Order: sequence, then structure tokens, then C-alpha cells
Amino acid sequence: MTILFYIGAVLAVISTVAAVTRLRIFHAVLWLNASFLSVSLVFYSLGAPFAAMLEIMTYAGAVMVLFTFAIMLVGPGPDADLQERQWQPGPSWIGPSATGILLLTGFIFAIFKGEAGKTAGASVGPVAVGASLFSTYMLGVELASLLLLAALIGAFYIGRRDDAPNEKGDRQ
Amino acid sequence: MTNIPMNAALVCASLLFVTGLAGVLARRNIIVVLLSIEIMLNAAGLAFIAAGSRWARPDGQIMFLFILAAAAAEGAVGLALVLRQNHSAKTIDIDAAGSMKG
Repeated sequence: MTILFYIGAVLAVISTVAAVTRLRIFHAVLWLNASFLSVSLVFYSLGAPFAAMLEIMTYAGAVMVLFTFAIMLVGPGPDADLQERQWQPGPSWIGPSATGILLLTGFIFAIFKGEAGKTAGASVGPVAVGASLFSTYMLGVELASLLLLAALIGAFYIGRRDDAPNEKGDRQ
Repeated sequence: MTNIPMNAALVCASLLFVTGLAGVLARRNIIVVLLSIEIMLNAAGLAFIAAGSRWARPDGQIMFLFILAAAAAEGAVGLALVLRQNHSAKTIDIDAAGSMKG
């Protein structure tokens, strides 16, 4: 199980770095899918099989389909590669990388300063998660459903076509 | 099930988070920026799962579920905004979002 964790973690970091740095959008999405699958391996090795399944279903499944549809609708265009290269001069990475490395140093310092210990080594299955979710966290579930409804209506409103005729029949 | 050091899991989560952050700051393609935000949310979820696994409690997985819901909502609205911008400004450069209104 430990070796499974390390394989998943290394794969996740490599594929995430690849996803962020690829020039073509669709390559980035495919690398991100690999990253989500490796993270689900990490979840499974940490003893969270339910979360691992949800990671595959929601992130690697639903969210990736959403991104694929968006790319299909937007379309890369004929000169997408050229455009990406113009948008990606090397120096633009210096600031973000420096910020990231500083933040990472802080994180690692904080992590290794305390006594974090080891994981319990016990698997927490879907039964325990479900029982706690629908008793202690009932309000949270209701709020999450409200949030998803608001997102649905918001996405529908924002994504509507401008040139569609309105109720009076005249164009906006 | 064996014991995995918490430090390793937390370092993995912070590496993923920092990668996502650098992506948000450096990229100008709006779809890749949204993708990087998903990476950051996923890294936060990994830290929650690791903490839940540390004490063998379901609460970490429940927090991950809520993060999942927030990420799905954010992705849907964000991609609708991308389509909107592509329709009006004919570009997916995030700088063009500054001229968006209504």
C-alpha cells in the first residue's frame, strides 16, 4: 500500500506539471485526466475508497467532459499553436515560479516543523461516510445542493445566446 | 493497510497546489486557468483526505465531497463565461475579460 501511495503521488505531480505547461489545450486536459486518476490512486492507498471512486466519477468523468465540450465549442482555431507561443514567453513564468517556490518552502517548513505522525492505516468505507454525511453534515448537503442549483441556473443564464429573440420577439 | 507518513501526503498536496497556483498566474489561456483552479481545489481535497486518514474518521472524505461540489459549480459557471467571452470577444485570452460587462 505504501508503494502504491508513492507511485500515485509521483505520477500525480509529474502529470500535473505537464498539464499546466502543455501548449495545446487538449493535451493539457488529457494530462490533467492522468493527474486525477493518479490522485484517486493516492486516495485509495490512504484508505478512502469512496473518495477515490468519486474522484474518478466526478473529476476524471464529469468535469473533464465539461472541459472537452468547452474546447469543442470554443475551437482551437487555425493558428492556435502560434497564438499559444506568443502568449507563452519564457519570462512570464519567472514571477509565478518564484511565488510558488516561496510558498512551497513555507508549506514544507510548516509541515516538517510539527509532529504530523502517520496515517491510521484503517480504511474508512462508504458506509461510515454516508452515515456521517446524512446525520452530522445534513445542513452542508442541503447547502451544496443549493449551490449546484444556483450554478446550474447561473451557467444557463450566462451561456445563453445573445441573438436569440426575447419574449417580445425583437432582438436584443 | 499500512501506515503512510503524513508528511509525504501533505508535501504531495502542497506540490500539486503550488503547481496549480503557478498555472493560474502564468497562463493566459482562460481554459487552462480554469483547469489550474481545479488542480488547486483537488490539492486541497487531498490534504483533507490525508487528515481524515490520519485519525481514521469520515470527516475528511465529507469535506472532500463539499470541495467536489464547489469545484463542479465553479467549473460549470466558469466554462459558461468562457463561451460567453468567446462569443463576444472572439478570443480566449484572459486579458480580454477585462472589457466584459453585462
